[in-house]
Amino acid sequence: MSVLRRLLRDRSALLGLVIIAVLVLAAVFASPLATFPQDVSTYHVANRLLPPGSTFWFGTDRMGGDIYSRLLFGARLTIVIAVVATSLSVLIGVPVGLVAGYYTNRISDLLMRVSDVFLAVPQIVLAIAIAQTLGPAIQNVILALSVTYWPFWARLVYAETRSLRNEVFIEAAVALGASPARVMVLHVLPSIASSLIVRTTIGMGGAILVAAALGFLGLGPPPPTPEWGRMIAESRAFLPQAWWYATAPGMAILLVVMGFNLLGDGLRDALDPRLRRGGNER
Amino acid sequence: MRLLAMIVRRCLWMPPTLLGLVLIVFAVSHVIPSDPARVMAGENATPDQVAALRQQFGLDQPLPAQFVHYVADVVTGNMGTSLFTQRPVAEDLWARLPATFELALYAIVLAVVAGVPLGVVAALRRNSLLDHAVRIVTVAGLAMAAFWLAILLQLLFSMWLDWTPVQGRIDGWGPDPITGFYTLDALLRGDWATLGQALRYLALPVLTLALPAMATIVRFTRAGVLNVMSSNFVFYQTAMGIPRRRVVWKYILRSALIGTLTQIGLIFGNLIAGAVVVETVFDWPGLGGFAVNSIVHSDYNAVMGFTLFVGVVFIAVNLLVDIAQAMLDPRGLDPRGR
Repeated sequence: MSVLRRLLRDRSALLGLVIIAVLVLAAVFASPLATFPQDVSTYHVANRLLPPGSTFWFGTDRMGGDIYSRLLFGARLTIVIAVVATSLSVLIGVPVGLVAGYYTNRISDLLMRVSDVFLAVPQIVLAIAIAQTLGPAIQNVILALSVTYWPFWARLVYAETRSLRNEVFIEAAVALGASPARVMVLHVLPSIASSLIVRTTIGMGGAILVAAALGFLGLGPPPPTPEWGRMIAESRAFLPQAWWYATAPGMAILLVVMGFNLLGDGLRDALDPRLRRGGNER
Repeated sequence: MRLLAMIVRRCLWMPPTLLGLVLIVFAVSHVIPSDPARVMAGENATPDQVAALRQQFGLDQPLPAQFVHYVADVVTGNMGTSLFTQRPVAEDLWARLPATFELALYAIVLAVVAGVPLGVVAALRRNSLLDHAVRIVTVAGLAMAAFWLAILLQLLFSMWLDWTPVQGRIDGWGPDPITGFYTLDALLRGDWATLGQALRYLALPVLTLALPAMATIVRFTRAGVLNVMSSNFVFYQTAMGIPRRRVVWKYILRSALIGTLTQIGLIFGNLIAGAVVVETVFDWPGLGGFAVNSIVHSDYNAVMGFTLFVGVVFIAVNLLVDIAQAMLDPRGLDPRGR
């Protein structure tokens, strides 16, 4: 398949793919890979705040937990939050965008106005407010992210659908008597799939960043959940001595988000060869 | 005319959008049970005291009535009283505005001053070592959690090197306000010591906020320059013997920056979002830190005030960007005025 071949020839996209593969493997095999799997929920005060070494690869935290092991279990959480929140946003945003873009009536106006309301403030502001009212839990973080994230997909799909609306192949399908639902799902959706895939890939990185920020502000899942953002927040009380405490989780966030961004850029180039990187970078 | 139609249309849509925004935040903070009156009264309050507070703030009325009251008050400029600071929300927001504005202004200036030349040079020397280095910095800058970068900078510059303060905005009270910008006020009063101090406090939060903004600017400037470089008018100008330097920094840059300009709305949104987190880490007395504090304390009047305020600013900035873009490049204007 030529798209895949183009993607694999792109070195930075390949790097992104490798990073994401490592993340998924770390999440799936967290238990066997962890050197101290029990450290996610138990305290070992004697081992508290040890620097990185041969026993504790990335050092230990304030409860004596092995940061490397906690990081692996945090990968699970990160993937779950990113995948579920992004999927929910896509599931809400894409139909809204399709309907609003396909029709030109009051409902279509109303749908876009509603999504404008959500886009009228930076996403994190609403997400913080929602997460705080719902209370610190994984499902609430996911909910806060989805509720504030779907308008991005609605906007994208709306714009793309609008620009396809007058294409001949859409008119032909309508003329053949295809129902609006059929035109949207079988004709419009496949045509916009590539930009949707690209945006969703990059959007995963965005979701991870916002989720980490919520965790950092204390609005994520409660301790002792090994959430990366929360781990960084905890470290602040032990600086400058425990420099390693925030290093590993911060690095993990950086790498994973970077992985999704690089893969997204690579996918854009691979799916649409007309857009060379740097040429029409958007 | 089409431009005017767009402006009018967008301005007309602003009130309903803001109303919707208030409705969302209102629903979020009121429908889900949490009792601000109890929080405010403290743990030792008698039920009577809680009831009195509830009545004082109108919390005993049905939700739709509370909403209508709130909107009616906001229209007359009254955003209610903060449950936490016990002061009018508008006053609290106003008092904290200069701190955030000063921070954001320096960040955006730094991002533009560093980002535009880097983007141009990276495009001119495409695939050179410099281009790759710039690319790595941009990719990392967009993927880094702002709070982590903030902590790393604190660790390096404040704790190890001891060059800058860890957090805060100034020692003591700061210069007597003229503009509310500490650096500008110190400058106007000729107080060099305070100016130096204010700048040292500013350095790290500004750097943290500027990096992602700079990364975005570099990306779009580089893409824009590459796009324009292959166009006919550049070919023509080069053939006419116009010096390369002038072609690049005058003609190419002017066309290339249109693409960057459209991203200012995005960058601005990121700055506000970044300020929420960065101000918390640096204990910066601005709007972002205020918002986080209000949310944590269930201070819903303050939360709604902040959201509304950010909404107004955000919509206005996006409108201005669209107007500027439409004036620079009228081709993209929708005939229906959107």
